[in-house]
Amino acid sequence: MAKIKLKPKARKGVISIKALIKHPMETGLRKKKGKLVPANHIEHMVILHNGNKVVDADIGSTVSKDPYFKFKVAGAKGDTIELKYKDNLGKTGSKTAKSK
Amino acid sequence: MKRRLFLKSAMAGSAVVTAVGAGLLTPSAAFAATADFKATSDVAMKNASSAGNGSFKFKAPKIAENGAVVPMEVNASKMSNVTNISFLIRENGTPLAASFNLSGAVGFVSTRVKMGKTSKVDALVTAGGSTTKVTKEVKVTIGGCGG
Repeated sequence: MAKIKLKPKARKGVISIKALIKHPMETGLRKKKGKLVPANHIEHMVILHNGNKVVDADIGSTVSKDPYFKFKVAGAKGDTIELKYKDNLGKTGSKTAKSK
Repeated sequence: MKRRLFLKSAMAGSAVVTAVGAGLLTPSAAFAATADFKATSDVAMKNASSAGNGSFKFKAPKIAENGAVVPMEVNASKMSNVTNISFLIRENGTPLAASFNLSGAVGFVSTRVKMGKTSKVDALVTAGGSTTKVTKEVKVTIGGCGG
């Protein structure tokens, strides 16, 4: 279900990482037809650059549906970027991409 | 598809309930993660009230037409040793939207958040052990937290 788009792009020694994760990001407070929609949101996300952790994010339910993130890391073309996330239901997702 | 999803989530829910019933999982343990985040949020709020003005760039719209998607960007690439970037939306139930711990990455984060109503938004940047903030007010015409 979970789909991740990960696009690292190297320019002048800096890789800009664009990530788009398909996720409902329900807060658990929203109502649909009078019933609460159960919470379902990403809690933790990690970005690895050549195996080293560069970003370790705690994410609340306040982040938008289908969250989009952008980071910058010093690096060069061909470096491996990996994204991993875990949501409050224990589901995980990951994606690896080579920098262009 | 939707029906199947509902079934799945219903089953997942019942599994949790049985776990609680069997005493495997106390409710507090089940909600520990959320409580943790709340604690982080409170700490961030405290930090925000004592933080000085930052010299980084914080981009947020003055008026957000749709509160469900408000783009935000912190650019602290001129600061060195940036260890954390956080977004705080003061009027939201849980003010902390997201907290990014950076190790080795450039001090730059861009993301999109939900906002219930017009609020002041703080961007916190911790660099070299000291926290600084930049505050902006974002007006929301349609809230993004249900209602």
